[in-house]
Amino acid sequence: MKTLVLVEHDNAVVKDATLATVTAAAKLGEVHLLVAGKGCRAVADAAAKIAGVGKVHLADDGAYEHQLAENVAPLVAGLMEHHDAFLAPATTTGKNIAPRVAALLDVMQVSEIIAVEGERTFKRPIYAGNAIATVESTDPKLVITVRGTAFDKAAAEGGSGSIEEVSGPGDAGLSSFVSLDAEASERPELTSARVIVSGGRALKDGETFQQLIIPLADKLNAAVGASRAAVDAGYVPNDYQVGQTGKIVAPEVYIAVGISGAIQHLAGMKDSKVIVAINKDEDAPIFQVADIGLVADLFQAVPELTAKL
Amino acid sequence: MKILVPVKRVIDYNVRPRVKPDGSGVDLANVKMSMNPFDEIAVEEAIRLREKGAATEIVAVSIGPAKAQETLRTALAMGADRAILVQCDDEVEPLAVAKILKGVVEEEQPGMVLMGKQAIDDDSNQTGQMLAALLGRPQGTFASKVEIEGDHVSVTREVDGGLETVRLAMPAVVTADLRLNEPRYASLPNIMKAKSKPLANKTPADYGVDTTPRLRVTHVGEPPVRQAGQKVGSVDELVEKLKALGVA
Ligand SMILES: Cc1cc2nc3c(=O)[nH]c(=O)nc-3n(C[C@H](O)[C@H](O)[C@H](O)COP(=O)(O)OP(=O)(O)OC[C@H]3O[C@@H](n4cnc5c(N)ncnc54)[C@H](O)[C@@H]3O)c2cc1C
Ligand SMILES: Nc1ncnc2c1ncn2[C@@H]1O[C@H](COP(=O)(O)O)[C@@H](O)[C@H]1O
Repeated sequence: MKTLVLVEHDNAVVKDATLATVTAAAKLGEVHLLVAGKGCRAVADAAAKIAGVGKVHLADDGAYEHQLAENVAPLVAGLMEHHDAFLAPATTTGKNIAPRVAALLDVMQVSEIIAVEGERTFKRPIYAGNAIATVESTDPKLVITVRGTAFDKAAAEGGSGSIEEVSGPGDAGLSSFVSLDAEASERPELTSARVIVSGGRALKDGETFQQLIIPLADKLNAAVGASRAAVDAGYVPNDYQVGQTGKIVAPEVYIAVGISGAIQHLAGMKDSKVIVAINKDEDAPIFQVADIGLVADLFQAVPELTAKL
Repeated sequence: MKILVPVKRVIDYNVRPRVKPDGSGVDLANVKMSMNPFDEIAVEEAIRLREKGAATEIVAVSIGPAKAQETLRTALAMGADRAILVQCDDEVEPLAVAKILKGVVEEEQPGMVLMGKQAIDDDSNQTGQMLAALLGRPQGTFASKVEIEGDHVSVTREVDGGLETVRLAMPAVVTADLRLNEPRYASLPNIMKAKSKPLANKTPADYGVDTTPRLRVTHVGEPPVRQAGQKVGSVDELVEKLKALGVA
């Protein structure tokens, strides 16, 4: 089988989510990549070095600069004449583009797979991860999004793919990019961090969150996450949210501070290797999944912990 | 402008789903069902657009069993003007749902389709994108803000890196994320009024759509269970544990 993997990038570097998707694609067959962007030759050069990669299709055009689905999907659909499966990371970019491709090809997408069981058979979580479905596609072409935490990352170096420039239909004239409001951060990214410290509603407000969670995260060189309640209340920006509708993470250590452990939150972090919970309610559901639990008032426990680390 | 709001009847988000022992699916017998939470947000947003004068009529549509009428009545009680039930007793996959919705759009000619980003049962997150593709129209997915600007709509999207704003030509498909708004509760008088609002009955055949599934579900199982571990008695003990894990 010939696969085409969407490279996640910012026109400068290949994002980590791509590497797990390459691993999933390699289980199906030959791996080709697509780098769609503007001024993104460096991305294609880096992508060609990913272990196991054959051809890298480079579509360098203003229409693809911001990965608008209206423009990228027809480009992918065209390339799918020569490929059997399209795989995208289950990031907000992949989730935006892949279903549009699937519809253009008249196939069902297999969303957010966590295992490849056969050429057309996959496992995927449903009901916020409370059930795992095994599904077999009967469609002639496959369109798949891949959950990054479920597959090892392919090595970023060691490959020697060739780069081929391709062009697509360009700007569909339906949509345009206006702005991206992103917070620059020196911290490890949530989806690739070894350690994550997450705060919940109990943190009271943005200032308290900063005062308690950030120093602890600094001590552990950790990424910072949050529950939906903490994001809704405005303590931290939306991209900190972990859960069914936020980011899916699986670090070595996940420390949940003042988070109750609703199923929608667990859906995003229960594959972490070790879960630590600090909560003053000993019956909080988070303790049912925590490897290490501390029943305590976080306003005392967290500063003490930070001081003693 | 007319707004079309597709709403799905799903397991209530507070219910913990139970996998059937025979591996055939999730047990939905006697389980509380509700409107998909993201669709409630979409209905609310449509109502707010009407309240602002940007929309004139809200049509709710659901594809599902006869009981999906209840979900449509909820949408009507919240404030939708009329409803369409496309009855189908078997589960319909997102691609077929999108094809049926395309038929509804062609009939109704809405200026916008406002729907949920994800159904919390199949967690597919694909129907809106598919509908937009089938219609050849733009998509504003994972919306946390929607502003109509003449014949365009500006949509702020919750993306992995922060918040992205795009400008779309209308008609457009917009999918709601959690922070778009906080849905209202239907008042008792409005629940009563909803009973007499028009609800049309259709079938997939009316739109010429074949709903045969493309994905065969061969097994539905339990996820690996996590055991609760130990509780530590003090911060000092926690520090010891973190050191043993090699992270501190
Ligand atoms: C469709 C849908 C999708 C959702 N998606 C997500 C998602 O992606 N991610 C997500 O997180 N949620 C999601 N939610 C929301 C989820 O259901 C919960 O409402 C949310 O996770 C609760 O956040 P919390 O644990 O911070 O707050 P709460 O549930 O209010 O818990 C606060 C906890 O802090 C503890 N506490 C209070 N004070 C202290 C103190 N001084 N010291 C120690 N502990 C203290 C309390 O005991 C409690 O356990 C979703 C909901 C819906 C309907
Ligand atoms: N059977 C259905 N009837 C009406 N709307 C639906 C149906 N299935 C999906 N949708 C809409 O599509 C959105 C995304 O669903 P999904 O792609 O299944 O995650 C939902 O939030 C609904 O707005």
